[in-house]
Amino acid sequence: MIYILEDAINGILMGSIYGLTALGLTIIFGVLKVINFAHGSLLMVGMYVALWVVSFSGLHPYLALIVVVPVMYLFGYCLQDVIIKPIFKAEKDVREPITVIVVTTGIWYILDNLTLLIFGPQYRNLPDNPLKGKMLEIGDMMISVPKLWGFIAAVSTAAAVYWYFQKTRTGRAIRATSLDREAASLMGINQYKIYNVAFGIGTATAGIAAVTLVPFYNIFPTVGVLFDIKGFIIVVLGGLGSMGGAILGGIIIGMIESIAPQFMTATWTEAIVYGLFLVVLFVKPSGLFGVKYDW
Amino acid sequence: MSFLEVNNIDVYYGDVQVIFNLSMKVEEGEVVSIIGSNGAGKSTLLKTISGLMHPAKGEILFEDSFVQSAPPEDMVERGVTQVPEGRRLFMLMSVKDNLIVGAYNSRAGRHMNATLEEVYALLPKLQEREDQLAITLSGGEQQMVAVGRGLMAKPKLLMLDEPSLGLAPILIKDIFQTVRKIADQGTTVLLVEQDVKHSLSLSDRGYVLEHGRIAMEGPANELLDDPHIKTAYLGL
Ligand SMILES: Nc1ncnc2c1ncn2[C@@H]1O[C@H](COP(=O)(O)OP(=O)(O)OP(=O)(O)O)[C@@H](O)[C@H]1O
Ligand SMILES: [Mg+2]
Repeated sequence: MIYILEDAINGILMGSIYGLTALGLTIIFGVLKVINFAHGSLLMVGMYVALWVVSFSGLHPYLALIVVVPVMYLFGYCLQDVIIKPIFKAEKDVREPITVIVVTTGIWYILDNLTLLIFGPQYRNLPDNPLKGKMLEIGDMMISVPKLWGFIAAVSTAAAVYWYFQKTRTGRAIRATSLDREAASLMGINQYKIYNVAFGIGTATAGIAAVTLVPFYNIFPTVGVLFDIKGFIIVVLGGLGSMGGAILGGIIIGMIESIAPQFMTATWTEAIVYGLFLVVLFVKPSGLFGVKYDW
Repeated sequence: MSFLEVNNIDVYYGDVQVIFNLSMKVEEGEVVSIIGSNGAGKSTLLKTISGLMHPAKGEILFEDSFVQSAPPEDMVERGVTQVPEGRRLFMLMSVKDNLIVGAYNSRAGRHMNATLEEVYALLPKLQEREDQLAITLSGGEQQMVAVGRGLMAKPKLLMLDEPSLGLAPILIKDIFQTVRKIADQGTTVLLVEQDVKHSLSLSDRGYVLEHGRIAMEGPANELLDDPHIKTAYLGL
């Protein structure tokens, strides 16, 4: 019994990190109405940046946030501004532009292959990692410390972004644009700039997820793919565009992944995850926590 | 030179031409009505002035600058604000947030709190409802928010696209009274309406738009007495 509880807790913690990855995906989708297929690759880039910062400076792994967050924000901002925006403009009468999705897929391939070319296919880890295998003992339970920090990072990032969207001038403009871009531009909001900012924020949150992952996860060029697929499921499960739903959806997936193998062979877990995904799509297409409104 | 001048514009949706060689103008301080039946091109004209669409031919001048290719956010910054047809509120945002977003442009942003108080004074209902989501308001209340949100931008020229659409007669009176008050406070108003009687009675001048062309123009009281308008638009 105690092991199930331990697994459940570790599953919740890991799931919240999946949720943190999905958070950026859901922000970008909510504002641009585009599924960002490059999101896992952005996470991967964040992991390499974090690895590089830590190896280079010898700082504590979490201090890499100081560099990773602004670098990833700028990376996302420029990616949208230089590569995605022109296509968006060409397709501006299309509400959910398919070509933009094709472009994000292209970005995914380019980033993954570029990384493969530069860093090679081998798995990398943080050098002298102070968090490696670190456990918190609660009674008989062992809780992973880096995952616990990941959970804290996920919840506080979601809360901070939520606050930013509710209370700041740009945040309100982002919400307005996500609800009605044409009406937003009649309010004097430059929608393309808002897309840049939203993409930047989404990429920065992937960067935060990356920093929480590197202390206990292998870094390799295609590491993002795993998180991509989970991210899509979570976003749909939690409700497209819902930030709380992203974190909760992540936690649900994390729990299934950690508890189910206790009762059945591990290959079944994935079937359960996809099964749940399909059931939600059938029963409540707006997602478990999504608002049924237009999306 | 006029405050707003539209010279010989052609406007298309794809290959379909909707506005044909249209010219009109608005002087500072005026209330001007554009009337016309469904599909005449009234909304298209407003969208072209506000920068959501651009004319294929012709030019638009606002305060003596050419603006026919300016994007909507520029037009708002210059002082032209459109309250779109069908309200187009940010439905999942509170009434207050809708109003605050209205003051997004840099001219209006500086005076946001003062403007908010003016808008609440003009439309007291909005203050009562400020924390409610826009989607939960009645149609009339939503229209008030749309007008209030337009005012938050501190417009020099306020363009209203069918503010009376879908409202009960008593609310229609309210909304036209509000428009009159806005004009009396010194904002220039360009009003698109199908409610010809109400809109012309509060306007200085009017244009009649038919099939994308100006069919008639003149002082509002003369248009009200015109036999063609009486039969075609007033059903008399
Ligand atoms: N997005 C669009 N794509 C193609 N044609 C359009 C589009 N919007 C409007 N039209 C066409 O342009 C013409 C003018 O439309 P517009 O909306 O300007 O008319 P209106 O005078 O505002 O009518 P209403 O009183 O019904 O609002 C109509 O024939 C309409 O079918
Ligand atoms: Mg119209």
